[in-house]
Amino acid sequence: MSDKANSEAKPKNGSGEILMELKGISLRFGGVLAISDVSFDIKEGEIRAIIGPNGAGKSSMLNVISGFYHPQEGEIWFRGERRPSMRPHRVAAQGIARTFQNIALFKRMTTLDNIMTGRMTLMKSSFAAQALWWGPAEREETEHREKAERIIDFLGIQAIRKIPVGTLPYGLQKRVELGRALAAEPKLLLLDEPMAGMNVEEKEDMSRFILDVNDEFGTTIALIEHDMGVVMDISDRIVVMDYGKKIGDGRPAEIRNNQHVIDAYLGVAH
Amino acid sequence: MLYREAGEFRTSYPDDSQTFPIAFDKFRYYAILAVLFVGVPFIVNDYWANAVLVPVLVWSIAALGLNILTGYCGQISLGTGGFMAVGAYSCYKLMTAFPDLNVVFCIFLSGFVTALVGIVFGVPSLRIKGFYLAVATLAAQFFLVWLFNGVPWFYNYSASGQITVPERTVFGIAVTGPYTEPWAKYLICMFFVFVLAWLARNLTRSSVGRSWMAIRDMDIAAEIIGVNPLKAKLQAFAVSSFFVGISGALFFSVYLGAVEASEAFGINQSFLVLFMVIIGGLGSIFGSFAGAAFIVLLPVLLKNLLVGRLSWPTDIATNSEFIIVGALIIFFLIVEPHGLAHLARLFKEKLRLWPFPH
Repeated sequence: MSDKANSEAKPKNGSGEILMELKGISLRFGGVLAISDVSFDIKEGEIRAIIGPNGAGKSSMLNVISGFYHPQEGEIWFRGERRPSMRPHRVAAQGIARTFQNIALFKRMTTLDNIMTGRMTLMKSSFAAQALWWGPAEREETEHREKAERIIDFLGIQAIRKIPVGTLPYGLQKRVELGRALAAEPKLLLLDEPMAGMNVEEKEDMSRFILDVNDEFGTTIALIEHDMGVVMDISDRIVVMDYGKKIGDGRPAEIRNNQHVIDAYLGVAH
Repeated sequence: MLYREAGEFRTSYPDDSQTFPIAFDKFRYYAILAVLFVGVPFIVNDYWANAVLVPVLVWSIAALGLNILTGYCGQISLGTGGFMAVGAYSCYKLMTAFPDLNVVFCIFLSGFVTALVGIVFGVPSLRIKGFYLAVATLAAQFFLVWLFNGVPWFYNYSASGQITVPERTVFGIAVTGPYTEPWAKYLICMFFVFVLAWLARNLTRSSVGRSWMAIRDMDIAAEIIGVNPLKAKLQAFAVSSFFVGISGALFFSVYLGAVEASEAFGINQSFLVLFMVIIGGLGSIFGSFAGAAFIVLLPVLLKNLLVGRLSWPTDIATNSEFIIVGALIIFFLIVEPHGLAHLARLFKEKLRLWPFPH
């Protein structure tokens, strides 16, 4: 991981074109203001972390990006176009995939089926062709199976290909969930606490996968994580939130020395 | 060690995604098909066709349909009886309105009509889930049966309120009406079972089926990764109703010949099909067949045993039948809550290692 920490100067990450821009996002649940006027951007090819204490509005932010919540105010710009308020499955079709804080896999389906389901938005054959297992449908299935197998190889989960994911241990489930999100070949990958509840080795593995995804596929990643060591090591830029507001934004070194951030995490002397 | 997978190498993805990737399974499947299509028609008699084979086949189709909806897509429905009635009555209307139309087309068309009705009654599923959805589909059950009893147009203004199937032939052989040979009844049902099971298998192994299962297992995540819940749920309702409608059409035209909506397609039938699916195994095509066979054949078997062998008085036998069937259902659900299909899988696992324990 250390090589990455030194690579902040690497031109590719964090200096590319803006992939997604969030402008003045405010989200209310009744009288509760979950996010208040937060703006930041995500650049092509970078690893962007969102951090903050519990209840800061990080997950809500991710839910806004993936179309699950619709903010009352603010604009979301994706790939140079303003995104109208849309249902999550339409957001997915635009190339945004995500994982969940509490694993949200399809428990009774196999690993392979979970990953194949991740490719849902890329599969085009008609209902009738699928019902008849007609030439094009079968060919499409095979093509996508090849792509899915590549992800299975990448994550090293060949042995659990045909096992229902509900029976797998936690660490592997997290890995399968990453695979399912990767299967969609997303432009933007959102990871909600990818390392929650993992031991050190599992965290290292997961960090490695995240860096590899970013390096090999050039996928832009936005992630929420509580492990500061990991966040500081792998991310290119960090947004810090507290009580629904943005209190810091910048490279890990800047964040580390930001007084607001230190106050938010350690408390302020009164 | 009777059943082994060793030495089976699959080197391409199409090979691996076959229904029966193991050679032994495949040949056994072909052998069973050959016996069912070529062997059985020659030996089947009136009793076997009417009391055993035809009801099992017809109910299997209904169970397959409900299994697609409940087992694969996770939407509970108690409207199966009502949808079977739609199939039966549309089949009747089509057969009487277009006497020249081949009965096979009539039956398929009634499936499509039922699919449309199913989509309409599936709309509440977009908002409500679980038990509440079951209650909503219950409305379909009562409304549809009421409709077919209450509007004389559906039974062509017949005095009895019943619908009676006209005689129709396929390739010059009667398949409906009182003069149908048992083997013809059996074969036409077998044809539909074969085609529909094949369709069900194809749908459940492709992306349509995966979208259903995704909705079943975690609907929020499914939507986030790109499954359109509206489309997936309504598709499931449509396909399920298509199957159930065909089952109803066959139930009326081939099996019974004359039906009356509230008697033949009451709430009892809805529960019966639900039991078949639960006992057979949710989310399993084999389970649909196993469940249908279990529910249909158990009473027949008990009757033969109690009255035929043990020569109990008929009334006592009939009542004990209910008790025994009920007890067996409870027994099975406790011993194997995942259904007969899971039991079969466990048996296969054991057989793989037999005679060794591990």
